[in-house]
Amino acid sequence: MSARWRTLGRIFDPNQHPLDFAPEGYAQSPQTLVLPDRVRIYFSTRSRDDGGKFVSHVAYVDFDRALRRVLDIAKAPVISLGGLGCFDEHGIFPFNVLRDGERILAFTTGWNRRASVPTDAAIGLAISSDEGRSFEKVGCGPVLAPGLHEPFLVGDAFVLRLRERLHMWYIHGTRWITTNQSNKEEAERVYKIAHAVSDDAMSWQREGRQIVPDRLGEDECQALPTVIEHEGIYHMMFCYRAATDFRSNRERAYRLGHAWSTDLGQWQRDDDQWVLDRPDQGWDAEMMCYPHLFRVGAQIYLLYNGNQFGRGGFGLARLETA
Amino acid sequence: MFHWTKHGKVFDPQEHPGRHWLHEFAQAPATLILDDVVRVYFSCRPPPDAQGRYVSHTAFVELDRQDLSRIVRVADTPILPLGERGTFDEFGVYPVSVIRDGEQLLAYYGGWTRCESIPFTVSIGLARSLDGGRSFERLGPGPLLTCDVHEPFVLSGPKIRRFGQRWHLWYVAGTKWQRIGARVEAVYKIRHAVSEDGLNWQRDHRNLLPDVLEADECQASPDVVHWAGRYHMFFCFKHSVDFRDNNRGYRIGYAYSDDLEHWVRDDKQAGLSCSDQGWDSESAGYPHVFELDGRLHMLYIGNQFGRHGFGLASAPAS
Repeated sequence: MSARWRTLGRIFDPNQHPLDFAPEGYAQSPQTLVLPDRVRIYFSTRSRDDGGKFVSHVAYVDFDRALRRVLDIAKAPVISLGGLGCFDEHGIFPFNVLRDGERILAFTTGWNRRASVPTDAAIGLAISSDEGRSFEKVGCGPVLAPGLHEPFLVGDAFVLRLRERLHMWYIHGTRWITTNQSNKEEAERVYKIAHAVSDDAMSWQREGRQIVPDRLGEDECQALPTVIEHEGIYHMMFCYRAATDFRSNRERAYRLGHAWSTDLGQWQRDDDQWVLDRPDQGWDAEMMCYPHLFRVGAQIYLLYNGNQFGRGGFGLARLETA
Repeated sequence: MFHWTKHGKVFDPQEHPGRHWLHEFAQAPATLILDDVVRVYFSCRPPPDAQGRYVSHTAFVELDRQDLSRIVRVADTPILPLGERGTFDEFGVYPVSVIRDGEQLLAYYGGWTRCESIPFTVSIGLARSLDGGRSFERLGPGPLLTCDVHEPFVLSGPKIRRFGQRWHLWYVAGTKWQRIGARVEAVYKIRHAVSEDGLNWQRDHRNLLPDVLEADECQASPDVVHWAGRYHMFFCFKHSVDFRDNNRGYRIGYAYSDDLEHWVRDDKQAGLSCSDQGWDSESAGYPHVFELDGRLHMLYIGNQFGRHGFGLASAPAS
């Protein structure tokens, strides 16, 4: 099962494809819907609201199936943000899609702002009947929200249908840390990867434990799990970072991690497999984050963001087996 | 129709100085009946901060079981500290509903946090006491029940009951937020959920009661008691906007049910209205009805949402 990634470089830079509704650029957390004639890649953009704060909307870009050429780009967001007081009032990011017969399901992470900490999040469900060009929410509220033992910041859903059930990998916050950076008090979050199963996509049964061991200690932040089966083994990629001083300190910033499982229950962390080394310079030299694994035909690909959490877009790598 | 004899205010926080956290308000009274006393849990507030923002704590006062107008003891501390930074109950534990469960007591409570576009949101938490209800600790740092796909906003006002083998939770769920001038106000309705174990809940996801004031009528404090072969719900309701310091505030409503599923609203049977003058002249809310030695009693708050405490009324001995 020896395999390695061949990097193909950045394939989408939002600055070269300006969108009316996303004047701040960003193309975060690329996630795919593979169609017969194209690969639709959803991503989250950013604009600013009246108060100057960021708001995320979901858009897409269509590539040919070789992922070399842009065929089309969304003219408007594919889903509206929630109304006053809704869990997704201030942004949707990321956005994970799954085909369900004629429909496309989307698992959204909705953001809403808080007073003592910047934000909270929960996972919503939306459905498309037009091959993923637009989505309607199944309700105003979330399908997976904080619970007794997962107190806040429930998000980053990635859903697969495996062994007759829907499996969701997601993250939840475990604590907020108060830091003092440049004499300014900040609240920084810690979050971990978790797992839940469902039969109907609406009601989820949580496994209730952290499934990927920490490498950086208990304050390691783990985000955006993505899973694919390859030669009988389930591979998970995710990104991880230190809890503080991670925005501009390369040593503490997001990088990509890896774990594998044969039974979807026990996961072995092994960052040295399927690893993508950070280059010394370029669009992904400071940071690598928000990985997404998918297949086009038999070929496995990885999409991921680079520096500044995806401000400059996303790149592609191809799995090569020896 | 119920006939209540008012005994006036029985607890006023301003008459019990020396507790910073008990500066004013004594909201949402709910009882635990003990051998010699009736313990009344209530929610109160220290003075507001520099921006005028409040937090809520929950504590208790014990009333003489033979003479409910006599205060025997006031708690020295709140029963549960507020939540850690970023948790759902960082800025308030209010209201609380306590129930016995074998050797332990369970408290279902509203946990408050502050938001940016709306003033606050509330989820329902669960805490346990192993010392007879004097102090509680959370079962987890997060909420037991929070917004879901069909109840997207505030979940508050839990009242926990067990009838037969089933656990019942009545609560209120926000149905919308609306911007009215400079204010952002919530609309909320009475809802219900059932459970076999008190932990895993199945929600009805429907309004139990029709509206009488307006489509945006706000309904709160659904308090259910089984009495004389029937289930009785006392609750309060108000207009959705412009309800402070006037007669558009809370009134006490009533509904009955024989099966805990179908409720018939008939407010005129509630039998408790505002007084012509005094502490409950403008509004009466957060009713809690309990049976003690064969007789029904009601605790409720008066004007200004309980800023000056709660009072007592009693039905005739049967």
